[in-house]
Amino acid sequence: MESRPRRAGRRQGHRSPVPLPLLLPALLGLVFLVLPLAGLLVRTPWSELPAQLTSPGVWQALRLSLICATLATAVTLVLGVPLAWLLARTEFPGRRLVRALVTLPLVLPPVVGGVALLLALGRNGIAGRWLDQWFGVTLPFTTAGVVVAEAFVAMPFLVISVEGTLRAADPRYEEAATTLGASRFTAFRRVTLPLIAPGIAAGAVLAWARALGEFGATITFAGNFPGRTQTMPLAVYLALQSDPAAAIALSLVLLAVSIAVLAGLRDRWMTTP
Amino acid sequence: MTRPTHRRTLQLAVGGTAVLLALSACSSSDDSAGASASSSPSAGTSSAGDLKGTVTVFAAASLKESFTELGKEFEAAHPGTKVSFNFGGSDALAASITSGAPADVFAAASPKTMQIVTDANDAAGEPATFVRNQLEIAVVPGNPKDVASLKDLTKSGMKVALCAKEVPCGAAAQKALDGAGLKLTPVSYEQDVKSALTKVELKEVDASVVYKTDVKAAAGKVEGVEFPESAGAVNDYPIVLLKDAPNAGAAEAFIAFVRSEQGAKVLSEAGFLNP
Repeated sequence: MESRPRRAGRRQGHRSPVPLPLLLPALLGLVFLVLPLAGLLVRTPWSELPAQLTSPGVWQALRLSLICATLATAVTLVLGVPLAWLLARTEFPGRRLVRALVTLPLVLPPVVGGVALLLALGRNGIAGRWLDQWFGVTLPFTTAGVVVAEAFVAMPFLVISVEGTLRAADPRYEEAATTLGASRFTAFRRVTLPLIAPGIAAGAVLAWARALGEFGATITFAGNFPGRTQTMPLAVYLALQSDPAAAIALSLVLLAVSIAVLAGLRDRWMTTP
Repeated sequence: MTRPTHRRTLQLAVGGTAVLLALSACSSSDDSAGASASSSPSAGTSSAGDLKGTVTVFAAASLKESFTELGKEFEAAHPGTKVSFNFGGSDALAASITSGAPADVFAAASPKTMQIVTDANDAAGEPATFVRNQLEIAVVPGNPKDVASLKDLTKSGMKVALCAKEVPCGAAAQKALDGAGLKLTPVSYEQDVKSALTKVELKEVDASVVYKTDVKAAAGKVEGVEFPESAGAVNDYPIVLLKDAPNAGAAEAFIAFVRSEQGAKVLSEAGFLNP
């Protein structure tokens, strides 16, 4: 609501037509991004759709996808918010390196991420070996493995979003709280956290959407077994090899869910201070 | 004032278009896995004497080692040619061919996947079976779980990776299991034979059912256990020239080379059976 008058004001300042050098590439960019989605919609076998979507395999994959993405988001919240706070509010040697490492999964090919996870947390991995020997826990080929893979690729989205919000938030409120006797953790919990809640929410939604679409790390680290590790993107990939119509239907579901989530996020993001 | 603006407009538009073109070029060469395929002059009508340009071969993942070797020998025999490969699951390759990926030759790991291409009228002529492949159980070196038969894979506590039923190695494995009357629940259905093998190499699973040739190619990293039921699930590998081949002349020569005595030698050394 608040932003409305401001937006209107900005529009008045730009009454002249949009310059062509901006308009042309902008439109090309829009077409480039939207055209594949249009292709998906045009080629969707609408008449077969109800049958495709009610088949047990699809529901199994969708349910697993939603559960795993939600659990992965919970993991990123528990670990990522403190990490973002550390990056935004403290000074320590090598902070820039840590920041680069945290964002690495953003640019790392997901398959590479999956291989790295196997080598670290697999049954024979540097850490996974001990998990197996001490606790009898093996992560690959389990639903927990899917959550781990998804959290790995989704966490940077949350950390970046929360760190940005923290940097924009005024640290003097926290300082005031600590001078009034609150411990630093209490100040974080009672002052900072409510202050940056919109940023956390935006980051969580982004992370959730990323986790939902995760493919490479999941198929490499968690494998592919219906009902246990076969999420929607994996089901789409394998369906494409035998039944393209099913793959299109599955893709459509994933697309609809993602658009709904991102569209819901947009306004919230815009009004974040 | 207007002139420089216009020029800049033009520059930007041209620049933007160039970027888009470059991007689309990238994506199409990704499909064919041969960046030079689209840019090389096509020698569609050249005779066997002056073969030129790139031959783009889409081949089943299980052919990776032997075809890479054959490609090198072919290039040596025909200077000026380059063989560029796209290895993957046969189904995925067939799907990209039927959706228009620029390729010259398709070598599939099963007649069923080849049929996807022939049914879509994308093949020039009849596919020819050039090798056959038999299954083998791949186990971790030293065979710590004492796998001696297909039945041993169904023991409790065994972690097995199978190929997905959609890809030929998975279909063959299922056929062997059905033939033996065994029911096996793997921990994962992998998307192609190489990823099933990799899980054994990394010791993340105890065993997987792959081709003999894959075990041979990964010698030292996995051990093979033969099983009699594999005789009932031998896969035929067909090869065909594609209809829209950008470099048909050289492609035909490559197919002839694969089917020649020299080619058969490389393939049988890799563990393939002659048809």
